[in-house]
Order: sequence, then structure tokens, then C-alpha cells
Amino acid sequence: MDFDLSDEQRLLKESVDRLVADRYDFESRNRFRSEPDGFSREIWAQFAELGLLAVPFAEEHGGIGGGPVETMIVAEAFGRGLVVEPYLSTVILGGGLLRHGGSEAQKAEILPAVAAGETTLAFAQVERGSRYDLFDVATTARQDGEGWILNGEKGVVLHGDSADRLLVTARTGGSRRDRHGIGLFLVDAKAPGISRRGYPTQDGMRAAEISFDNVRVGPDGVLGDPGGALLVVERVADEAIAALCAESLGIMDRMRDLTVEYIKTRKQFGVAIGSFQALQHRAADMVVAIEQARSMTYFATMMAGEDNAAERASAIAAAKVQIGRSGRFVGQQAVQLHGGVGVTMEYSIGHYFKRMTMIDTAFGDADHHLSRLAEGGGLFKAA
Amino acid sequence: MDLRFTPEENAFRQEVRGFFRDNLDPALRAKLVAGHHFSKQELVDWTRVLNAKGWGVPHWPVEHGGTGWTPVQQYIFLEELQAFPAPAPLAFGVNMVGPVIYTFGSEEQKTHFLPRIANMDDWWCQGFSEPGSGSDLASLKTKAVREGDHYVVNGQKTWTTLAQHADWIFCLVRTDPAAKKQEGISFLLIDMKTPGITVRPIQTIDGGVEVNEVFFDDVRVPVGNLVGQENKGWDYAKFLLGNERTNIARVGVSKERLRRIRELAAIERIGEEPMIRNPRFREKLAAVEVELKALEMTQLRVVAAERTREKGKPDPASSVLKIKGSEIQQMTTELLLDVVGPYALPYAPEPDADAHLSNEPPIGPDWASSVAPTYFNWRKVSIYGGSNEIQRQIIAKAILGL
Repeated sequence: MDFDLSDEQRLLKESVDRLVADRYDFESRNRFRSEPDGFSREIWAQFAELGLLAVPFAEEHGGIGGGPVETMIVAEAFGRGLVVEPYLSTVILGGGLLRHGGSEAQKAEILPAVAAGETTLAFAQVERGSRYDLFDVATTARQDGEGWILNGEKGVVLHGDSADRLLVTARTGGSRRDRHGIGLFLVDAKAPGISRRGYPTQDGMRAAEISFDNVRVGPDGVLGDPGGALLVVERVADEAIAALCAESLGIMDRMRDLTVEYIKTRKQFGVAIGSFQALQHRAADMVVAIEQARSMTYFATMMAGEDNAAERASAIAAAKVQIGRSGRFVGQQAVQLHGGVGVTMEYSIGHYFKRMTMIDTAFGDADHHLSRLAEGGGLFKAA
Repeated sequence: MDLRFTPEENAFRQEVRGFFRDNLDPALRAKLVAGHHFSKQELVDWTRVLNAKGWGVPHWPVEHGGTGWTPVQQYIFLEELQAFPAPAPLAFGVNMVGPVIYTFGSEEQKTHFLPRIANMDDWWCQGFSEPGSGSDLASLKTKAVREGDHYVVNGQKTWTTLAQHADWIFCLVRTDPAAKKQEGISFLLIDMKTPGITVRPIQTIDGGVEVNEVFFDDVRVPVGNLVGQENKGWDYAKFLLGNERTNIARVGVSKERLRRIRELAAIERIGEEPMIRNPRFREKLAAVEVELKALEMTQLRVVAAERTREKGKPDPASSVLKIKGSEIQQMTTELLLDVVGPYALPYAPEPDADAHLSNEPPIGPDWASSVAPTYFNWRKVSIYGGSNEIQRQIIAKAILGL
């Protein structure tokens, strides 16, 4: 039982914290968002230089061989800075799918370029109507000689408009909600037959609706078993959720700090409003919610690498429930305690609130995971 | 960072669990599971079993009978004790007055009292709260006036848990009425057999009697029973309350309650199905489990930080433990109430635990009778030990600097 970081982890934390503190203030973020891809290529290159894009990859693929704790450190710092660059879509999701599902050749081709900041990735998974069920896939992949032909529509593909490569779930067999018969395909985002409609998201990032119209994929474009990709997708979704928990923690810590600073400075009736007990108790309740979220982030981080899929799934589901609930509570309190400025675009707290709110809809909201957890028999099974 | 227990810690857990299995009377365990009270003698006997094993006061310094366990081992022991469930040694002795005596007491006090606490030769109760001094404890009025070799104590204490069994009471008394309120308080040990002490029971809404009022009318206490220095009692009280808060999350208790809820929800039915299959019910249950898992990790974070924390300074995070821990304990009592349904209604005053049980069969299922009383009784947990509102004040001040 040990909650301390190793020396290497502490160094990583110091460097990413410093980068966010020095380069990622609120005004810079607004500037990055208005660049053509909706994020800063320059900052992305800096992430690469610091090795942040290499964190989870093996050394032979240009990585630094970090685990869930290293990812947590980076994601938490990015949450505090409200970073808009495609870290989740490229490194955690795309990189994770390749790491767990890709062939040696695929990994060797893509991962070093990801780590170097030269290639960005996006995960085309959600469909209209699939909601949070990873197995609900209507997009088809039809075998054609040695290769495959993709047809279908994917939605809210995070950073899908700027990504160089797409990872796509598509059905190779079975019916729409079967767990079997799902394949995972790696395609060039500019391949013929792909059309992408990009748009800004509520939380300051970008996403795309992507349609696949007879898109040809070569035999080297399928990851692993063409009918058995769901297990890899679930594993990577669990890792993504752990990273989202850490990002949320960074966001919540920042929301607490901004709020406390605000109520210590803002004066009404001749005194700082933070001297009022009604406000103090709201702030104290934020602390309680955040500490519970911190604990579950650690738990999710510890369990993200667990090989027993059922144990991992229930732990990750529990963490997402806690993050969803804490995040909603903390965000709403933070806005309320800021008063009017809390609902303005020019003040940062509202932007933290928006990102926090949208994280709940990523890979299943609190209700979704609560019912998953309950169906699976809960967290404390008979010892 | 590795949040798993080491193989040695897991082996220790098995050793503790095995000892409870082999040494705790199954009938006493069954009483606890059913939510019934146990008798004074049962607790004394069990404490002596633990003490004979050397586990009576595990967290005390080794020279006073402690085990030298790491903070993690202490945590595992306590969690196992609560989750088994086995009766916890009386907190007023082992967690409250004991540490005050070995930290601030005289040599005579240490030699006389500490072994008697560990072996439960004395039953202790706590004389802090007064009718006019609840959350504002330092406003207490019970006074002690020095007359030669004695203090003469007059006043009233209240909410005195299990004073009806007590041999001794540790009291905060005012020895300097002129000083600032925190600075005129002393810490006295008082023999409950001293003339002038009257105990009056207070019945709580569950129908039980576990708290009392204690009246002091010209009670003569030898000056040798003063702990530490006169007028420094508030410092000792703060030390004591800090210790009280470290175990306030009671994770093991809630784990045991959730296990019980699952067990009973598999028996009780909604329509054709066991309650545990009802989606609404099981999601409510899962939501409490999530909070409890988070609390457990929060508790372990506090335990892990103990290595580096200054002695006697409570972690402000323990206020988080108090708030969440009490809320979760209360939620488990609500869930049990949901499970039992209409048979929560019959009111059967619990016979005195020392008296012979009657031969009358219980009304309704035999697990039902304690459920509503426990729900009613456990409203206390967000009130005692510094109410949850006081904890929010501590967080606002000590953590947020408001």
C-alpha cells in the first residue's frame, strides 16, 4: 500500500505541470482553439519534445514504457490546463487500440510517428443510436478479396476532422448488437469514400461526423481478429475512462481553487463572501466530493491494467459513476459560487464546468455505469 | 504508487480473520449481525480474549502494551474486526482516555490505569458534553474547585454513553472561571462510585438506553486524578478528539452492513423476484458501494500519510472521512429499512441484554425487529464526534483557508 510517486514519475509530473503552468493559461487556450485544427500544432510539438506523446508506448516503438500512473499524471495536468490538443484521441484511444490490438508491423509503422508528434489519430466508434454500448455497431466491413470494404456512419468522433488516421469499428458478422463479429480497421482519413464534417464541441474541442461509402481497406488495415475486436475496444475504453477520471480530477481541483480564490476576494455587504457560512459549507462539500473522486481516480488507475476483464470493468464503472457524480456537483457549485460571472464566456470557470459536464457523456455516463455495475453484482462480492 | 496490499499484509489479514473465527463466540457474532446489543459482560470477556492474545490495545506504544503494527496493519485489524463483525473494544478506554494518559498522565496514572484499560478491568465513559455545550464544547460549565488535596466538582454532563456500566469517567471541568474559555479547563479522572454522582438514563428514539445524564453534586476528587497540568485540559481534549476522528469512517462496519443487505435482499421479494434483482433497488445499493469504495481509498490515503504526519496532529482529511463515513453508515440503515418493508413496523422493546431472552417468537422475520430502531438510532452518527456541520467548518478553515 503506497500512494507515493517514484522519482521518474515525480520528474514527469514536474515537467508536465510546468508546461501547463507556463504555456497554457486561459488566454493561450483561447488562441489555440482558434487555430485551423482547433488546437496548437506548436504545443503538440512541445508535448512530443517532452516525451508526453510517448508515455504509454514501448521503447521499441519510440515510447517510454509508462503505465496507467504515468498517464494519470499527464491527464491530470491537462485537466488543470483544460488542454484541447488531441491527446485522448491520439495517444490513449488510437494509440491504445494499436498497442493492444495491432500487429507488430502496424505498431512499428504508426506508434513512433505518434510519439514524435507527426501523426494524429481518432477513434470512429459511436454511431447514431449506439449510445454507450460499445458492441452496438451497424457500420459494416465486407470482405473483398484480401481486403475489406467499409460502409456506414460514425458520429461525434473526437478530433475526427483533423486526424491523419482513423480507427474504425465495423461489423464483419452477426447482427447489430452482437458481441461477436466486430472488427477494428485502420484507415487513412483521406481515403476515397470517406467524408468528414467537422464541428466545434461544447467543451472547446472539435469532433466530426464521418461517413464511409465503399471505403477500401487493405489486408494490412485490419487490427487482429476481424470478428473479435470488442475485447480490445473494451480494454481501451477502460483505459480511456481511467484517463478521463484523472483529467476530471485536474479540472475539479482547479475549479475548487478558482472558486475559493474568488470567494476570498469578492466582497459584498462590506466583507469577503467567503466569510458566509452558507458558502463555506458549499465549498466544504466540494472538497468532500473531490476527495472521493481523487480516491476513485487512484482506484481506476490501479485497475486499468487489470487483466481480469470482469474485475476491471466493475472497478472502472464504479470510478466513472463517482467522477460523473462528483463532477456534476463540483461544477454546479463552482458556477453558483461565482455568481453571474460564472455563466460568462470570458471567465474561465464556465469552461471548466463545460468540459467536466461533457466528460460524463464520454464512454458512458454515471447512470450507464451504475446500471452496468449493478447488473454485474456490485463492487463488494462475497470474499 | 501501488495500492495493493503486500503479500505480508494479506497474510496478516488472514491471521486476524482466523483468530476471530476461532475465538469469537458465534452466538455473539450472530447478535451483532442481527443488529442486537450485547451485554457488558460479553464485551468484557471478548476484550480479555483480545488482550490475552496481545491485541487489546494494538495502536498503543509497545511499552504500554501495543503491538508495534504499521498503520496499514492497524487499519486491516480494525477493518476485519468491524467486518467480521466482532465487538470493538470500548473506545472510551482504549482510544480516548488511554492515549491521553500515556501521553500526558503521571507515572502513577500510567502504571495504575493503562493495564486496567487494556484488560477492561475498568469501564470508562466520557464526560465532555453538557446541556449547554454541544458543538461549542469549550463553553462547558461543570466546575472543579481545589480544596486541599481534592477538587470539588459540581455540574452536569450529558450524552454520556454507557455511563450506566461505567467504573470511571474522564471529565473536562472548569478550574479557572476567569480565564478565556479554552484556557480554564482541566482534565480529571473521576471514580463513578464517589458520593455525589447520579446517573440518569436518556431514552433514545429507538427505545434503547445507551446515553445518560451524569450529575455531580460536591463530588470530591483527589488531586492525583488530574491529568497533566491544571488549566491545560483543552489541549488534551483536542488531542483526544483528533484520535477519535481517525477511525470515524468505519469502513468495515459499512461493508458488513452491505453484505447483510445483499443477503436479506436475496430473501425478500418484490413480486416474483428477489429484491436484489430489482433494477431500482440494486442500483441504489451499487451507488452506496461506489461511495464506500471511494471512502475506503480515502481512508487508506490518510493511513498511508500517517507515516509522515506530525504526531497528534489530525489530518484535516479526517473531516472528509467523518462526513462521508457517517452519511454512508446512515444510507446502509436506510437500505435495510427498504429491504424489510412492512415488517419494519412492529415495535418490540429489546429485552435488557443481560436478562434472559423470552420464549415468545419474534413478530415477522427474525431479522426485522432491529432494522427500524437501528435506522432511528444511527441518525446520531452525523451528530456525534463533531457534527457534520462542524466538520464542514473545519474543512472550510483548515483546508480552504476561508
